Amino acid sequence: MSMINTGFLEYDELAEMQKMPTDERYAKGPVAVIECVQEIPCNPCEAACKLGAIKIGEPITNLPILDGDKCIGCGICVAKCSGLAIFIVNKVYSATTATIAFPYEYSPTPDVGLVVEAVNRRGKMICDGKVVKVMNPLSFDHTPVVTIEIPKEYADEVRSMRRG
Amino acid sequence: MLQKKDVVVVGAGPAGLAASIEAGKAGASVLLVDLNLKAGGQLFKQIHKFFGSSEHRSGTRGFDIGNQLLDEAKEAGVEIWLGSTVIGLFPRMKVVIEKGMDSNKKEVITVQAKKIIIATGASENVIRFKGWTIPGVMGAGAAQTMINVNHVKPGRRVVMLGSGNVGLIVSYQLMQAGCEVVALVEAAPKIGGYAVHAAKIRRAGVPIYMNHTIVEAIPGEDGCVSKVIIAKVDSNFMPISGTEKELEADTVTLAAGLKPSVELSKLMKCECTFNGVFGGSIPLHNESMETSVEGIYVAGDSTGVEEANTALEEGKIAGISAAEALGYLTAEEGNKERTEIWKRLDALRMGPFGERRLAEKNNILEEYRIRVGAPSKEELMEVDDDVDD
Repeated sequence: MSMINTGFLEYDELAEMQKMPTDERYAKGPVAVIECVQEIPCNPCEAACKLGAIKIGEPITNLPILDGDKCIGCGICVAKCSGLAIFIVNKVYSATTATIAFPYEYSPTPDVGLVVEAVNRRGKMICDGKVVKVMNPLSFDHTPVVTIEIPKEYADEVRSMRRG
Repeated sequence: MLQKKDVVVVGAGPAGLAASIEAGKAGASVLLVDLNLKAGGQLFKQIHKFFGSSEHRSGTRGFDIGNQLLDEAKEAGVEIWLGSTVIGLFPRMKVVIEKGMDSNKKEVITVQAKKIIIATGASENVIRFKGWTIPGVMGAGAAQTMINVNHVKPGRRVVMLGSGNVGLIVSYQLMQAGCEVVALVEAAPKIGGYAVHAAKIRRAGVPIYMNHTIVEAIPGEDGCVSKVIIAKVDSNFMPISGTEKELEADTVTLAAGLKPSVELSKLMKCECTFNGVFGGSIPLHNESMETSVEGIYVAGDSTGVEEANTALEEGKIAGISAAEALGYLTAEEGNKERTEIWKRLDALRMGPFGERRLAEKNNILEEYRIRVGAPSKEELMEVDDDVDD
């Protein structure tokens, strides 16, 4: 797979290796997108989801599987994932825009309203993004989850923002 | 005067702390000795959330795990000597310790142990290239200590060599500390560590040069690194002339793997074996983590480089087994605990990153059965009968 050579996968490659939310699920609102395609011994995401939407089971090297019907896109798993590999994608934020929520452990934590450079999986700037929400409660243990609004067409591509 | 302890544990990283806690909880008197001024080994440098099972502290940051372990050690009555180093192991389990090395009250103390647990960890490998000795070139572990323990940036612009988990994680943490990682250079054709760690630094825009190595670090007027030359390598990992690229950087960090620290095991003439997957020469051990020498146990990276979770579990086994051998636990209790822990260790060693270690661990246990069978008394015990207490 290309990820072990380059360090990232494009969305269609990810979709081949892992169950991504269906178009019907994306149409219903925010949902977790888990970009975790290697069988590594790790399962905090499973315990993080109180709705039971993420299943790993035994052994703990199983890949996480998301049940889109149970997921409400709350974002708790985003902060709990040690690999920072979970994102919340809302493709129906408005008629023309989507939102991406991602873990952001760099300083400074951006403020709501700030316009940032939205980047793809290889750190390339794709478009402007507007910070619409920042979640950083104690329970997230210093992993703020930042939500940015971007043009809808980039929803499968944008995964972070350029560091300030 | 000779001090007496049931168990002396050398090295207060995750393996040594876990071993001390288990032995102490069982009722043994435990002395834990560490060279550093704070216990915890590498845990206090680890500011990221750990992988592993959520039942066993995964999702918790390394330094928080370190603090939890220190609390548990205190509760278990473990005596900890910091800034202290074992300078000799002598027949009949005598441990000679230089205590308080950094203070003016330095003294050499001999401790009579009943059991010794060696958890001395590992040291970083070095890659040599032209300019590898000039200021600004350092181990990735050193850079990590600077940023996460001492809160000092090693430089502004860093070139990282090595794409194993250490190289990937420290690159990320260098950026969190405010450094720029100008490149991550890897001689192999694929990334060595977890893809999720690589993905984090790719998202942050770090270029990863696969099939590349560092050819030279060039000093500036101040004698420190100012430029780094990298080049593509051929299938024998030799630089290909004409492919050189010059990078502006003031720091080079090397993450080229680790080597188990086996000096004390060798001193005690524990049977060793060479194992490439585990980083080099390592002492053989059985399912109780006991070496070929009765009463000497090993755990963690010093018996094969892995990670903190496996070190913790192996340390627990060593502590439980030492306590059991001293009569603080019944064989039944010991066996029950060990069975559970080996199950967890097997789970941690599954998947594409773990399966080679799982196979090699089983080979080591098998080699122990064939070459050692059962642990034997110290070789020197019989001959050196006149050693003075």
